Amino acid sequence: MSALVLIELIGSEVSANSRAAITAASQLADTIDALVLTNAVDNASQTSSLAGLGTVKVIVNEELEHACVEVASGLIAEVMASYKYLVAGSSTYSKNIVPRVGALLDVQPISDVCEIKSKNTFVRPLYAGNIMATVESSDSKILMTVRSTSFEHSQDGGSASIEELSLTMPESQSTFVSLQESQSERPELTTAARIVSGGRGLGSKEDFALIDQLADKLDAAVGASRAAVDAGFITNDYQVGQTGKVVAPKLYIAVGISGAIQHLAGMKDSEVIVAINNDPDAPMCRMADLIWKTDLFGAMQEMIDHN
Amino acid sequence: MKIIIPIKRVLDPYTQARVDKQSQTVDLNNAKMAMNPFCEIAVEEALRLQEDGKASETIAVSIGTDKTVDTLRTALAMGVDRAIFVKTGSELNLQPLHVGKILAKIIEREEAQLVFMGKQAVDNDNNQTGQILSGLLNFSLGTFISEFKLSDDGGSVEVSREIDSGIETRKLNIPAIVTVDLRLNEPRYASLPNIMKARSKPLETIELTSLDIDVTPRVKVLSVEESGTKDRAAKEVHSAQELYSELNQLGVL
Ligand SMILES: Cc1cc2nc3c(=O)[nH]c(=O)nc-3n(C[C@H](O)[C@H](O)[C@H](O)COP(=O)(O)OP(=O)(O)OC[C@H]3O[C@@H](n4cnc5c(N)ncnc54)[C@H](O)[C@@H]3O)c2cc1C
Ligand SMILES: Nc1ncnc2c1ncn2[C@@H]1O[C@H](COP(=O)(O)O)[C@@H](O)[C@H]1O
Repeated sequence: MSALVLIELIGSEVSANSRAAITAASQLADTIDALVLTNAVDNASQTSSLAGLGTVKVIVNEELEHACVEVASGLIAEVMASYKYLVAGSSTYSKNIVPRVGALLDVQPISDVCEIKSKNTFVRPLYAGNIMATVESSDSKILMTVRSTSFEHSQDGGSASIEELSLTMPESQSTFVSLQESQSERPELTTAARIVSGGRGLGSKEDFALIDQLADKLDAAVGASRAAVDAGFITNDYQVGQTGKVVAPKLYIAVGISGAIQHLAGMKDSEVIVAINNDPDAPMCRMADLIWKTDLFGAMQEMIDHN
Repeated sequence: MKIIIPIKRVLDPYTQARVDKQSQTVDLNNAKMAMNPFCEIAVEEALRLQEDGKASETIAVSIGTDKTVDTLRTALAMGVDRAIFVKTGSELNLQPLHVGKILAKIIEREEAQLVFMGKQAVDNDNNQTGQILSGLLNFSLGTFISEFKLSDDGGSVEVSREIDSGIETRKLNIPAIVTVDLRLNEPRYASLPNIMKARSKPLETIELTSLDIDVTPRVKVLSVEESGTKDRAAKEVHSAQELYSELNQLGVL
């Protein structure tokens, strides 16, 4: 039985969540092919050096530069004719596309798989991760997205052949207008070993800079609560939680974050959690390994200045 | 333009979900229930469009057991014109593919051109139904949207999507399915007079069985378990010096 892994490219780099998808696929199938949807065939070259792949199938079309979902889902549904599994990393890229493929194939996809128990039995979170469900699929094809914090990230070391597919392009019903990307020199949030995350307690966009300064000092990524994003301290792509990104770093420092269920959903699997909060009853303090009950402004300054 | 807003009744998002070990299901008996927060945002956006004179009719649809009517009443009280209740048996475990097929039938019957729905239901966290629906109907799709603008001629919409790398803006042809994210708007509360008024607004009940859709589960839940959190040391520190030395000992710096 064979699996197709949907590769998400960041530029021409394979995303970390796609690497996790390859690991997950290796627990399901003997043959794993990758599918790259792109606007230039050269973008698939890094994919071909991933370990464990049979063939890298590439579909090249202008529309695919910005993942036009109507086009992408139609193409994937067609390629899936010869595969049992479609595995993709949990990201907004895959979450946009995979369910629509499910509709075209008349299959019920499975979101956010955290563990593979057998060829058709999986564990996935419900209720912001407060409940873990073991589910069994009876569909003839199985489509899933997998949590990148739950599977090893497959490494380079292969040399798969690249095969360009020429398929008829499904009709696009939307057009790309623009992309406002956040630029940052810091480590990427979902793969960083350390994260300094700020909440409403920071009070303003200006003071949120304390989070940036501490992150720089610790070579950490920056994260945020929904309240911090809603208040405009930082952009949406830094939000951690049930409806933001899911992270599991070695160190998560939560500064002025109360620890609502929806925030904990995104970070509770971190190895070491530090809470900096002046409210000892904040749920985050119950979650933490280390608690510093104090005014965050003084604490942040002390941490930044410490040598 | 008619707007359909599928809404779901879920466990109140601020309530801790508990497992009933015997039945291996999430215990919703006597639990506090609410409209899925993302669906409230979808309702709000539809109402704003109508208030701008750009929507002819707003219709909320919900699929579930009898109690679901409460949630539809809330949408009516917020201001939608009418509601459609698709009634299911209590044991039925509907999945996004089924919900999509049911909604597709209703949207075709109503000849609606625009659908606002939540990006995710906070009970099962599937984040699938809108995408599935768009595939079934072959409508254009805009997921995770934080901004919505209808073109002057009403033939297309421009949406901003919250994606992992930032904000993507796309233009969608109409008919379109749009799934909303948290930052699109701040939903209104229903006022008391409107709650009273809602009682006399039209609410149609459709028996699921009359729609002739195969709702055999494709994915069966074998068991559910409350996810325990890791035992944490919970040690207090009082200075940066102390914190750093603990972190060094733990080997995470
Ligand atoms: C459907 C839905 C989805 C959601 N998804 C997410 C999500 O993905 N991610 C997310 O984060 N939230 C999410 N939320 C929101 C969540 O419920 C909380 O509202 C949010 O996480 C609160 O953010 P916060 O902790 O920064 O703010 P608050 O809850 O206001 O907490 C601020 C904290 O800062 C502390 N503080 C204030 N001033 C100081 C000071 N000077 N010194 C020290 N401490 C101080 C306070 O004691 C408090 O604990 C979601 C909510 C809903 C309904
Ligand atoms: N039973 C239902 N009745 C009406 N709408 C639903 C139902 N289930 C899901 N939806 C819609 O689909 C959205 C996404 O749900 P999900 O894909 O399950 O995360 C919800 O926010 C609703 O708009």
